[in-house]
Amino acid sequence: MSKNVLAYSVSLLILAGAVLLGVTVGTVSISPVVLWNPSSDEAAANILWNIRMPRVILAGLVGAALAIAGAAFQGLLKNPLADPYTLGVSSGASVGAVMTLFFGITIPFLGPFTLPVMSMIGALLTMLAVMSFAKLVDRSMKMETVILTGIIFSSFLGSIISLMIALTGEELRQIIGWLLGSVSMRGWPYVRMALPFVLIGSFVLWLKRRELNAMLFGEERAQHLGVDVRKSKMAILIGGSVLTGAAVSVSGTIGFVGLVVPHMTRLLWGSDHRHVLPLSFINGAALLIICDLVSRTIISPTELPIGVITAFIGAPVFAFIFFRQRKGGA
Amino acid sequence: MLEITGLTGGYGDKNIVKDVSFTVNKGSILGILGPNGSGKSTLMKLISGVLPAASGEVQIDGKSIADFPAKELARKMAVLPQLHAHAFAHTVRETVSLGRYPHQGGWFSSWSEEDEQAVVEAMCLMDISHYEKTQIDRMSGGEQQRVFVAQALAQDAGILLLDEPTNHLDINHQKELLDTIKKQAIEKDLTIVSIFHDINLASMYCDQLLLLDAGSVVRIGEPHEVVRERDIEMVYNTRVSNHPHPELPKPQITLLPGVERESASVRIRAEEFDINDGMVLYQSPIPLKTVSSAVVNAGSGWFRNFMNRHVDAFYNINDSVKEMSEFIEQSGLKTTDTVGMMTAVQTQDAIVKEYEGPFGSVVIAVTAGAGNGVDVSKAVERTLRVGTINTWILVNGILSDEAFIQAMITATEAKTKALQQEQIKDPLTGTIATGTSTDSCLVAATQQGEHLPYAGPITELGKLIGVGVFECTIEALKLYQMAKAKSV
Repeated sequence: MSKNVLAYSVSLLILAGAVLLGVTVGTVSISPVVLWNPSSDEAAANILWNIRMPRVILAGLVGAALAIAGAAFQGLLKNPLADPYTLGVSSGASVGAVMTLFFGITIPFLGPFTLPVMSMIGALLTMLAVMSFAKLVDRSMKMETVILTGIIFSSFLGSIISLMIALTGEELRQIIGWLLGSVSMRGWPYVRMALPFVLIGSFVLWLKRRELNAMLFGEERAQHLGVDVRKSKMAILIGGSVLTGAAVSVSGTIGFVGLVVPHMTRLLWGSDHRHVLPLSFINGAALLIICDLVSRTIISPTELPIGVITAFIGAPVFAFIFFRQRKGGA
Repeated sequence: MLEITGLTGGYGDKNIVKDVSFTVNKGSILGILGPNGSGKSTLMKLISGVLPAASGEVQIDGKSIADFPAKELARKMAVLPQLHAHAFAHTVRETVSLGRYPHQGGWFSSWSEEDEQAVVEAMCLMDISHYEKTQIDRMSGGEQQRVFVAQALAQDAGILLLDEPTNHLDINHQKELLDTIKKQAIEKDLTIVSIFHDINLASMYCDQLLLLDAGSVVRIGEPHEVVRERDIEMVYNTRVSNHPHPELPKPQITLLPGVERESASVRIRAEEFDINDGMVLYQSPIPLKTVSSAVVNAGSGWFRNFMNRHVDAFYNINDSVKEMSEFIEQSGLKTTDTVGMMTAVQTQDAIVKEYEGPFGSVVIAVTAGAGNGVDVSKAVERTLRVGTINTWILVNGILSDEAFIQAMITATEAKTKALQQEQIKDPLTGTIATGTSTDSCLVAATQQGEHLPYAGPITELGKLIGVGVFECTIEALKLYQMAKAKSV
């Protein structure tokens, strides 16, 4: 028990630290005092609450969503290399988002939520397609097969996006920047757009924490233990797609967060999903806030796309996990 | 109670299991036997509901498993599948705790006292409590197997389905695990169905056995009805021999190898016996199939060396087995390969003769001392005293089990007749003795040459034994009496 208390304390502490750094460090340094005493420096308070805070919270939400979705996908597929990016689900969500912008789609009653919902549908369809195709290729759904299928779909969907961009005028060229992944200049509306979906998706996955534990031992074993495998699988796929869709619709494609965070979490605190899921959520938020901070300060005043930073960390971790899995005989 | 009726099914359109029916009662174990690919695992999957049945039904306490929601079914029935590799590391405790899944419900339900107790007990039963924090991927196959059995036990279900539970285990852990499972079956009234590779283990631990071949039931019933040479040979396409378990009323089988090294053709001859004042020793170039009442290695077995050792009349009989074993080793022989007898008689007076018959020959060796003649019909009246007539019958031929026993009877009758002829008396009762108080007999055979199914007094073999033992015993008794007369 004490190990869990420690795990949550450390993770929350890091998150708090990341938020504090995220709102105070930048081209203009802001004293943390402004947080609880805005009147001490009106201009600084304005930057903090209107620019930096929404940016930090959005980064946190996106990181949390991608990390918990990654953890769930890995558990579902028993595949430590699975995450929304490597499975091609992020690309599917991007296609949904770009189509929404390209065709100017607005779904009645959804209003501003049209974009995230279309992203989610894109994510879910891609996930189903990737899984069906991988299963068709190799019934046992080997690690490499699934990832290769993800790459195939990613490339294909990427070309559709490029086509749509090429067909549009100048105004959609900004999509390219967005595709590389960024949480800058989004503001509170984007936070409000993503927040409900991130919470709902995470909650759905959290409800399936015990089922995920059982499914790590294989679907048949899970069924022996009393898991309704079909229902649980569907719930996890939907939950993961909602999260990926929400994240992609506000920040574009940010890779490897869903890979690195659950991996580190498991390494440090064990692979029990009852804790892997919430801890990945917290750590994912912290990681992306820090990555965002680095992306806008490292070659300041120029900003790097945040996806560059996550890929810089994530790709080597991906290589490491792959190496260990193959050499570990698992 | 688990009731299976007309169960048929498999993968896709192909029915691997065909029309299997049986019932297992509470507190009993049914073992499923069958060669590779006979459909054992498929049958297991049909029973557990992982594979839907094409036709037929599986009922638990009168209710079809198709009518149970997944969680409720898991509370009724736990399954131990065959081991698989895992991509993620889990500790032993996490793995065993998963067995409590079907007992947990609701969104926020937490770990109850009952859950904890079931997990601790299951780990304790499987002797893995001290591994609690170990990652299972770092454990050996046998240890992992025990972890998954513990998981199934923690599930606390009334029905247990086990797919080769002793896979990867050494014999100690095979026994421990099956003892535990059997104990659980009896104490907790569990219904257990288990696949076995090892026919002997299945026979020992199961109340009922089911022999499966090509997806159909060949035989079902108690072990003695199922473990029969002919059925096992037919289904497994292997030669086997059936024999009883030394302690339990359960049949066991022994494999008969298809390839054997050609052994040299051997004939036992009287001249090859080494007779001196310390012992009579025969060393055979090949092991002989032997049945005897010797001091060392009595009962049946295969042995090369046969020793009849002289000890003086005051030899301390207590712990004679240990002393005799040491003596054998000191003589440069191996205890495991030697039958050892003792006699107070001068061993240089041993009579060893060969008798030829139409089938081959028999060598008889006798040492006789008649100092303590006993009339067996009045034996109740006396206390123990030492005397010895040791009779060996070594046959150049193949003896059946019956022939071994008949040879002993024939030899004993011939010996008694010899005592009568020589008018050896029981000193206490004054009547004619039938033997002495500690006589031993040994029958050994080369198991080469002709098949000799019987050794009663009117068979060719029996005739030789009768005449031979009679003549040799009389000669030996005469030598004994001469030696006694000289020493007085």
